[in-house]
Amino acid sequence: MNRRGFVSLLLGGGILGWLGAVLYPIISYLNPPKVPEANVQTVKAGSASDFPKNTAQIVKFGRKPVILIKTNNDEFLAFAATCTHLDCIVQYRGDLKQIWCACHNGLYDLKGRNISGPPPKPLDEYAVNIVEDEIHISEMG
Amino acid sequence: MDTKNPMVRRAYSWIDDRFHVTPLVEFMRHKYVPVHRHTVWYYMGGVSLFLFISQVVSGILLVLYYQADEDSAYESVRFLTTKVKFGWLIRGVHSWSANLMVFFVFVHMFSTFFTRAYRKPRELSWVTGFVLLALAMGFGFTGYLLPWNELAFFATKVGTDIAGAVPFIGEPMKIVLRGGEDVTGATLSRFYAIHIAILPAIFTVLLSLHLLFIQRQGMHEPQYLKRLPAEKKQMMAFFPNFLLRDVLLWLIVLNVVLALAVFFPWELGEKADPFAPAPAGIKPEWYFMFMFQSLKMLPAHVLFMEGEVLGILFFGLAGLAWMLVPFWDIKKKSGSKLDVMTGFGVIALLFIVVMTVLGYLL
Repeated sequence: MNRRGFVSLLLGGGILGWLGAVLYPIISYLNPPKVPEANVQTVKAGSASDFPKNTAQIVKFGRKPVILIKTNNDEFLAFAATCTHLDCIVQYRGDLKQIWCACHNGLYDLKGRNISGPPPKPLDEYAVNIVEDEIHISEMG
Repeated sequence: MDTKNPMVRRAYSWIDDRFHVTPLVEFMRHKYVPVHRHTVWYYMGGVSLFLFISQVVSGILLVLYYQADEDSAYESVRFLTTKVKFGWLIRGVHSWSANLMVFFVFVHMFSTFFTRAYRKPRELSWVTGFVLLALAMGFGFTGYLLPWNELAFFATKVGTDIAGAVPFIGEPMKIVLRGGEDVTGATLSRFYAIHIAILPAIFTVLLSLHLLFIQRQGMHEPQYLKRLPAEKKQMMAFFPNFLLRDVLLWLIVLNVVLALAVFFPWELGEKADPFAPAPAGIKPEWYFMFMFQSLKMLPAHVLFMEGEVLGILFFGLAGLAWMLVPFWDIKKKSGSKLDVMTGFGVIALLFIVVMTVLGYLL
């Protein structure tokens, strides 16, 4: 390598190093820090007897929405309310007895299984226990 | 200088002594616009430019009252539209001219495509123009969220989740866009910054280049006009004849925008609630409708892929091919009636129109 080539390499390398030193902090800055997720195991969702039949409610489970459904047989069901397709929040359709996502017309049955429309995966199920008429929702397993 | 006014002459020579503007004036004096049956399309870029200027002016005015915060964004827009004098008008002008701008940019693009104005030497005008359209859509997407109403909230969830489905870089890109895992107040801050600082900066640079290219190269002439001898071509001076016509059209467009803002005020809707189900009838802005509708019609799985990933790949590749049209352009064979490029253009246009209409009907 001649002297000119050596100097070019040194300068070129220097510029690349400088670019890296400028871009690395900027890119790291753009990436938001992870906020530690509150370790929620169980949430209470009000009185079981006051909950109307064939309706549902969205319940905050930490930072995640969970859909709590009371069927016509007084059975309580809870699923992650975030549609597995594109992140919208689902709702219960009393007329269809199914869970519906308004964004792209996705349907899930009352076991959380994706049965129609674009959703690729079923909804995660949550356990519901009634303790002295109080609804308790907790993660499965 | 032609003017007889001694004051103007003195001012001109004062400037000319210092900046030597005479060559520039000479250049502009010899700038002509061809007159033919497709001349009307020359005005579409100018209209888009005018609407962009309206965006900047009305946008700066909106910034004076808007608060980019989860708890106060919706309220600040409500305050602006109901309490601030003419606030409803400024917001209406901003929303309507934004939509019209995207519309006219589309018209400008397709007219450029069908008249083959993207061909040599205007390849880079086409590419910068395409990027400007993409940026305009980015403006639309980020601006849509700012009033923090439920339609915008879910449109943003869906839109950023689509970005997240891009293979490899999708997930980190989604987190950076959202400012976290979910669409929250952090997303609102980011979208605000993107909408009023990052995009305008990039847009201004590209727009300047785009305009510089047009000024340097002049207007494109259709093929049949190029073959005519110079004396048979009809021309119009850019300054002042074409410019005055441009300005007249801008005035008409301004009146249309004002009429729309007065008679069809932009709705604010319900405030976003991150713990409420998505409302029925959720839809994106009309210029995203064709992509939204296509994704909606794709099944959950196509062969080994998730439907949405396939859709995103398709739109990504189609967009890239469209941007690079000048570099793979297929010329019509002499004597042949079949023009492949017109075919592509018609298919693209039909696809967009049909999917958009279906999006509103279904």
